[in-house]
Amino acid sequence: MLEIENLFVTLGAKPVVRAASMQVHQGELLGLLGPNGAGKSTLLRSILQLIPSSGMVTFEGHAVQTIPLQTRSRKMAYLAQQGPVNWPLSVERLVTLGRVPHLTSWQHLSSIDQKIVQRILHQTDLWHLRNRTVTTLSGGERTRALLGRALAVDAPLLLADEPVAALDPAHQLQIMHLLRQYSESDHAVVVVMHDLTLAARFCHRLALMHNGTVIAVGTARQVLTPEHLAAVYNIDARYGADDDFYVIPWREIRQLASTQ
Amino acid sequence: MASRRYSGLISALILLVLLLMLISMNLGSGPVSLIDLLHSADAAAVQLILVEIRLPRTLIAAIAGASFGICGAVMQGLLRNPLASPGLIGSSSGAALGAVLVLYLGLSQINWLLLPAGGMLGALVALVLVYLLAGRDASVVTIVLAGVAINALAISLVSLILNLAPSPYAVQEIVLWTLGSVSNLSLNDLWLLLLPTVLGWLLLIGTGRGLDLLTLGEDTAHSMGIDLFALRARLFVAVALCIGGAVSITGAIGFIGLVVPHLLRPLVHYQPGRLLPASALGGAAMLLAADIVVRLMPPGPEIKIGVLTAIVGAPFFLFLILKTRRWQI
Repeated sequence: MLEIENLFVTLGAKPVVRAASMQVHQGELLGLLGPNGAGKSTLLRSILQLIPSSGMVTFEGHAVQTIPLQTRSRKMAYLAQQGPVNWPLSVERLVTLGRVPHLTSWQHLSSIDQKIVQRILHQTDLWHLRNRTVTTLSGGERTRALLGRALAVDAPLLLADEPVAALDPAHQLQIMHLLRQYSESDHAVVVVMHDLTLAARFCHRLALMHNGTVIAVGTARQVLTPEHLAAVYNIDARYGADDDFYVIPWREIRQLASTQ
Repeated sequence: MASRRYSGLISALILLVLLLMLISMNLGSGPVSLIDLLHSADAAAVQLILVEIRLPRTLIAAIAGASFGICGAVMQGLLRNPLASPGLIGSSSGAALGAVLVLYLGLSQINWLLLPAGGMLGALVALVLVYLLAGRDASVVTIVLAGVAINALAISLVSLILNLAPSPYAVQEIVLWTLGSVSNLSLNDLWLLLLPTVLGWLLLIGTGRGLDLLTLGEDTAHSMGIDLFALRARLFVAVALCIGGAVSITGAIGFIGLVVPHLLRPLVHYQPGRLLPASALGGAAMLLAADIVVRLMPPGPEIKIGVLTAIVGAPFFLFLILKTRRWQI
């Protein structure tokens, strides 16, 4: 569905993404991992053409930059990292904004649009909060509302930048479950995250970035190897497999000279 | 249901504007009212007063007020800041500079079209300068800072022109004009105001969705199909036409663009798109009301409308800042 080949992004004079290549398939939840500054967010933003890049990004066989903006906005949804909500909109109005790419200038919401919004308000556990203003929500509720907006686009591809970073375990599980469900209903999701345990538990495949390059793509077993974790994160992990494979970050291997 | 409440608000504002227009038409130094049109001995004189004097005054107040209101809503939506107003990005002071320059050079005596033309050109130049300074992918902060700089430059150039003015009369003429007023305007002024204003309003049609999506930040808005460059360019040109046209006819009337959208925003549930029509009507109502208040003042030197709106508007601005500060703490 999405193919990235030899992608380069330079911000200022600094190369942030270097020769990154990977593929995202329909029906999969792909976890994009890597330390701070590895280029994960930049990679997402360049896929969306928010920043200039060189290399090839193709979506459903078409080069992304040749897809008209309107069409693209229905094909790819984006959940920004800690995205702002500048006016105190109600939760329902916020989620409804997700339907705008499907409307022409004068079109109002159809009953189908309204049904989608209602379904998402239920799925994201926001129904009882639908009339509250976003500015009065807790961190977890706010993240769910913003995710609800992105899900409401109902785009074949969702790019989500750290949606679970600030959440408690219950809400982390809830959001990851939602993303997995969304991907399995013929969509694809790329989710940027730091929690290796959650990533291994929920994502179909993982991509590991280091210094602007995708150094490994595959299942959790293939990607979260002791060698990779040592090279990229400078950590040891404990592994296990009851029914599923799991991984727990355990300790730093050596003192970091500086935090990136 | 929300939609019905919105049409209720719009209908109420339309009624308010019509009512204020009616009061404005019946108010003036001569004891002439609309009813006199029907049964007056001197029908020609009555018609002259109403059509040549009060009608332009009333319509210009309504149209200019609507422009100030809608442009305030546009700039607050675009910059996602309740303290933004057309003045913030230099369009008002640019328009004032353009018009003052025309007055100073005596060009307005050569052709009366040159005064509004100067205002529009000034507003447009100021906005384009802000845009160029801020760059294509500018953040809100950069645009605001560039606006502040251009604003300061335009105001200082107006002062320079006053400084260099050849006679005290020229200074007085310019100063009185910059105070802002809708009195002593003719039907010609009305036509002059209409052309750029209607063009500006037409450009604003259909921009509401873009402003709605900008609530979620520029990246998200772009990912949802908004071409930010095109939207900004369109809104800037529209604001330049509306504000340039209005300021060159009425002089600088501040604070309507700041206060009106702010008062109406909760009533449209903070939706920037829906705020546009509401603010246009609210602005028209506010300027009509201010003009009625000015005319009801005891006889003596006429209090200029711009002075009145500033005296009421400035404390309101301070109140807004204090409220915003409390929010953040």
